[in-house]
Amino acid sequence: MLRITTNTRITAIASSLALVFALLSPARGSADSKIRVMTATTDLASLAQEIGGDKVDVESVARGYQDPHFVDPKPSFLLKLSKADLLIVVGLELEIGWLPPLITQSSNPRIQVGAPGYFDASRFARILELPTGQVTRAEGDVHPLGNPHYWLDPENGLRIAKGIQNKFSEMRPNDAPYFAQRYDTFEQRLKQSEQQWQAQMKPYAGRKVVTYHRSWPNFADHFGLNVVGYVEPRPGIPPSPQHTVELIGQMKRDGVKIVMVEPYFDLKTPNSIARDTGAQVVVLMPSVGGEKEITDYFKLFDYDIAKLKKAFDETH
Amino acid sequence: MKRFAVLSLLLLFASAIQAQDAPSVPVKRDVSATSMEDARMKALEDQVRTLAGEVALLRGELKELRETKSPEQSSGSQILLASSHVEPGMMPASPAPAAAQVAQTQTFGGASGNAKLLNPDISLIGDFVGTAGHNAVAPGRSLEMHESEVGIQAIIDPYARADAFISFGETGVNVEEAYVTFSSLPAGLLLKVGKKRADFGKVNTIHNHALPFIDRPLVTNNLVGGEDGIDDAGFSLSHFLPGPKDWFLEGTAQVLRGDSSDVFQASRREDVSVVGHLRAYRDLTESTNLDLGVSYARGHNNLGSNFLTNLYSGDATLRWKPLRRAIYNSFLFRTELVWSARDQFSVTVPTLFQAQHAFGMYSAAEYRVNRRWTVGGRFDRSGHATDARLTDSGFSGILTYWPSEFSQIRGQYRFGHLATGPNNSFSNANEILFQFLFVMGAHGAHPF
Repeated sequence: MLRITTNTRITAIASSLALVFALLSPARGSADSKIRVMTATTDLASLAQEIGGDKVDVESVARGYQDPHFVDPKPSFLLKLSKADLLIVVGLELEIGWLPPLITQSSNPRIQVGAPGYFDASRFARILELPTGQVTRAEGDVHPLGNPHYWLDPENGLRIAKGIQNKFSEMRPNDAPYFAQRYDTFEQRLKQSEQQWQAQMKPYAGRKVVTYHRSWPNFADHFGLNVVGYVEPRPGIPPSPQHTVELIGQMKRDGVKIVMVEPYFDLKTPNSIARDTGAQVVVLMPSVGGEKEITDYFKLFDYDIAKLKKAFDETH
Repeated sequence: MKRFAVLSLLLLFASAIQAQDAPSVPVKRDVSATSMEDARMKALEDQVRTLAGEVALLRGELKELRETKSPEQSSGSQILLASSHVEPGMMPASPAPAAAQVAQTQTFGGASGNAKLLNPDISLIGDFVGTAGHNAVAPGRSLEMHESEVGIQAIIDPYARADAFISFGETGVNVEEAYVTFSSLPAGLLLKVGKKRADFGKVNTIHNHALPFIDRPLVTNNLVGGEDGIDDAGFSLSHFLPGPKDWFLEGTAQVLRGDSSDVFQASRREDVSVVGHLRAYRDLTESTNLDLGVSYARGHNNLGSNFLTNLYSGDATLRWKPLRRAIYNSFLFRTELVWSARDQFSVTVPTLFQAQHAFGMYSAAEYRVNRRWTVGGRFDRSGHATDARLTDSGFSGILTYWPSEFSQIRGQYRFGHLATGPNNSFSNANEILFQFLFVMGAHGAHPF
């Protein structure tokens, strides 16, 4: 009698445990289902879409017209992150103010830092402005790991795309040829576009420009522009009158005619600088989706280069 | 010259890889069985990988020889690997440019490898507060280094992270929070173990330096344990799920030892306290959202194990922050209501057992005028937990200046109409508070 009771109890416990585990085990994507990809920014989303095609679902947390340093970690992102198979981040502490709590609270083991589904794109990119020596905040909100706006160099786009291709192939080995073929197409298209962009920018090689924030070192490096000053006295510090006066003097001396501004900064100071120096303020988009027409990584460069070209032509 | 040597060595390896691949190409076309092909591909891939590894190794050795202090163990080798990992038959040329890039000692990836090693993120937030004016009921110090909060945060292992906040105040050291978070549990459960500010309402979860005011609302002081609030050791389990019509729901259940400031006191080991919180959040538009919550807390009070204090609360927050101008303009309105039911002896007939039912609330608004300035206001009203006949009320006006993201200067005018006795006797308090906050060290996440 006792034995029966014990057995029944054990069976009951075992079956209820099994039930609990069956309920608790996260629904793993089968090999055929799409890879659910979340990215920190729209540029990475665009690259992932290029490689993943219709085998992936991609969504970005930040919008293209939003300052990627300051994004609210809204709970509505948690639902999407909790289901993601892969999280692609810019890294270099760009998202340090908002992404870590989202990752933790998503309670998604697949995308925790260091897990196979956590993909730091900066590891594949050529990084500029790596600080040497001591780093202090006397220099403003510096990024001690290097400048995180590296996606604005098409070569880095290609490198990241390669990394994404390998990651996708690792996650879905059966679709590896598909991703490889998508990458090849992307590479070809990018190289073609790259020729056009370089041709468009060639007449302006070596031109001096001023930018609002340090968002453009990779872009300037790639397209041969010379960034000689910033509207911000230090990264993350709003413009001060004294610095603005100095900048105006410098721009007059150097004949700088272009002030490049990101869409999320106030235009008041750049406009007054432009009035005093005869320069033109150009609002360039640092990210895909900054304007409705910028629907992918290619159109991002198309848009920025067209605007720059127009501004260069008009100021000379 | 040395660069050239590296380059030629790498090219040599690349061609070796190619040479190994090349003869097998026709074989592949003859064999139709895909499984065999797969196996062969795998073998080839492995071979390529080993070779690439060797190349990376040699490259490293060469680098050492050249005494270059290149910090990264280098994702450059990954790029090389990637480029070598090409289908047989379409091998040509592509490894060469990659190899060339590597040979130029270019740095891929950030400086993370060196900069941090395995140290946790360490920060210190200094909070200096000064008070002037008249307050006969609860006078604050004229000048005080209110607290210096050291934050130590790190990822522990692939399954957990830990956060510790140790606050050095005028009267001593207090572990404000120290807990480990397990974020890789099944079914989307999030478990926190350690000492933590309890999820009772909103203001109870927020650290002093992250508040939009210098002081805490009257209701916190009167009903929810004052500055430290419900802050206790125990377990916290939370889970979120999608609700209907784009609502996001989150439930949290906490079991704590039962010692929190003057709200809860455990005189026996069984006198644990519990806290439950249900949150509902919804994005109204891209820039506006609504955040609602109800909370419950239950514990034993300082009169003993037979005396319970039950706390109920409701909170609502409306936020507006246009994405294109997020650093310049934003608005937040928040209100919290708290009901307290405290078992005790009657205040009028000391032998009579009677629960005191007190109610308190605050409403606060904050508007960011531009990148450097925010203005805010708060209205307070709260009964006393031990004597519900006494009700304090007050209001505050707050002005904050941000020299940068890492420092903050704040002034607050506070008026209090504070109850001093049961017969409508009140004392008015008029005070000016000011605060200097500074942050050093690791860049923490912004509270939301």
